[in-house]
Amino acid sequence: MSNNSNGLLAWIDARFPLTKLWNEHLAQYYAPKNFNFWYYFGSLALLILVLQIVTGIWLTMNYKPDAELAFASVEYIMRDVNWGWLIRYMHSTGASAFFIVIYLHMFRGLLYGSHRKPRELIWIFGMLIYVCLMAEAFMGYLLPWGQMSYWGAQVIISLFGAIPGIGDTLALWIRGDYVISDVTLNRFFAFHVIAVPIILLALVVMHIMALHEVGSNNPDGVEIKKHKDENGVPLDGIPFHPYYTVKDIVGVVVFLIFFSIVIFFMPEMGGWFLEKDNFIPADPLKTPEHIVPLWYFTPFYAILRAIPDKLGGVIAMGAAIVVLFFLPWLDRSPVKSIRYKGILYKIALAIFVVTFIALGYLGTQPATPVLTSFAQVFTFLYFAFFLFMPIYTRIDRTKPEPERVTWK
Amino acid sequence: MRLLACLLLCFPLVSLAAGGGAHLDRANIVPDDRQSLQRGARLFANYCLSCHSASYMRYNRLSESLGLTEAQIVENLMPAGGKIGSVMKVAMSAEDAREWFGTVPPDLSVISRSRGVDWLYTYLRSFYVDESRAMGVNNVVFPDVGMPNVLWDLQGTQKAIYAKHDGDHGEVLEGLEITEPGQLTPREFDRAIRDLVNFLAFMGEPAKQERISLGIKVLLFLFFFLLVAYFLKKEYWKDVH
Repeated sequence: MSNNSNGLLAWIDARFPLTKLWNEHLAQYYAPKNFNFWYYFGSLALLILVLQIVTGIWLTMNYKPDAELAFASVEYIMRDVNWGWLIRYMHSTGASAFFIVIYLHMFRGLLYGSHRKPRELIWIFGMLIYVCLMAEAFMGYLLPWGQMSYWGAQVIISLFGAIPGIGDTLALWIRGDYVISDVTLNRFFAFHVIAVPIILLALVVMHIMALHEVGSNNPDGVEIKKHKDENGVPLDGIPFHPYYTVKDIVGVVVFLIFFSIVIFFMPEMGGWFLEKDNFIPADPLKTPEHIVPLWYFTPFYAILRAIPDKLGGVIAMGAAIVVLFFLPWLDRSPVKSIRYKGILYKIALAIFVVTFIALGYLGTQPATPVLTSFAQVFTFLYFAFFLFMPIYTRIDRTKPEPERVTWK
Repeated sequence: MRLLACLLLCFPLVSLAAGGGAHLDRANIVPDDRQSLQRGARLFANYCLSCHSASYMRYNRLSESLGLTEAQIVENLMPAGGKIGSVMKVAMSAEDAREWFGTVPPDLSVISRSRGVDWLYTYLRSFYVDESRAMGVNNVVFPDVGMPNVLWDLQGTQKAIYAKHDGDHGEVLEGLEITEPGQLTPREFDRAIRDLVNFLAFMGEPAKQERISLGIKVLLFLFFFLLVAYFLKKEYWKDVH
């Protein structure tokens, strides 16, 4: 594409930096050659974003954001719209897949220190994407207007009521009504299909621009830009296109295999992706037996319930997300990658993984006294991972980093 | 905020109530058994559709999936004068329903997806005589249900057998016993309910068979494409040292 003899391309390049963009972000963007399994999830997240937007557009063509019609319009899509069932299952499965991929993508950061200097802004943009995604998923889940949509939203919005002074007014302002109603459904629809996706797309662009400015980290956590050849090309770097485009195609196909297994053979995923109670139309007069947020929110829901005080619970839940933003400055280790970190970080990270999964499980269970005690222990461990990080990463016995990336 | 507190407080209680549910029998439906679906559709049209709607389900959808001609559907399953493309509405008005049953019978289009087939299979076979109820019957898996046992002429009537165990404070429902036989033997009745539940499951997701058969093709393609993608990657990466 760098060939300027092509008339049309030259004409465009004189008016728009097409070749320049292509080179900067693909053909001459040098990525470390030692990416491993964990490096598939960035491009997969991008794939799911596109899938969600495209399936979302087609769902919008037949969905009715009206409390009287919403539930029926979803069933209309499932039955009477050509391929409607497929588009709807892709979208509902895509939401859960998005979180799986994002959680693994973030975990990759914890493994290899991808959030460390000079990539703090990449991490912060990423965290903003994550927060947006939570808002997007939460508001999207109201749209099918089933019992769990309705009561889940009722519980989560009433959390804002815990804020002293302005709480109840704030909750009222968000709902636009005293309970979740048609008004709420309409505004959530507007946010879900327009406002949040626009912000999300802008943030994704910023995330990628920041990444391409400083360059990708890698499993060794060393900077490939320290060693360049005479042309200024990193010795351990390879052009993203074609090397990583062809490699990511393999990742995409493997992902699509898992994705298709869910869509075609278990679209409800045993009630985890589509909850049973959400096949009952929303009824403001009938509270379901057991209100549970979708699985991707349950770790935070468990933290909320672990604190006996309502306001304290809301603050803890918020803090559990806010603390993640500070990660780049909490890690004081001289090395980035877990390959060269000491035993303390490895233990801490292992405990954190167990903690996050345990909290996720506890968030799906009824808050019995025993389970609440467990949730309190795990809530402590969750915060301990971050709050003690400056200490244990500093005293940890690290191994020396290699000069160049390790390869084969 | 009070609502939230309420909800949070309800959790332990509610879980006990949910955990104490009755044992469910396995429905063991065969979704691609067209004979069974056809029998189920007939039962549904004759016994359920007078009170329960299935307002997301169109009659003509039965033709392709159940192997019926449109004439057969019009003749056997539809109310007189209905259009083949219409949805399964019910003649009874909501006000009448409230007066007669105390509640509006739920729409059954997606009941199999909210309740599950095992629950439906057990529920429809678990009515027993209880004179304290308005309809004269109660149900093991749905206590104090407003619905009468509409299938009594097929099943006959059942009474509850209670047992008193040491250490229990009340009587425990141990099982049901037929007191007056119906037109069908218990075995025939179970099969009829299995057919009906099979049909309810079909209505819950008419595209299910299509979904599964398309899924197999998609996966076959993806596995083939994976091979191509893998060797393409290998070819390109030969020169990375």
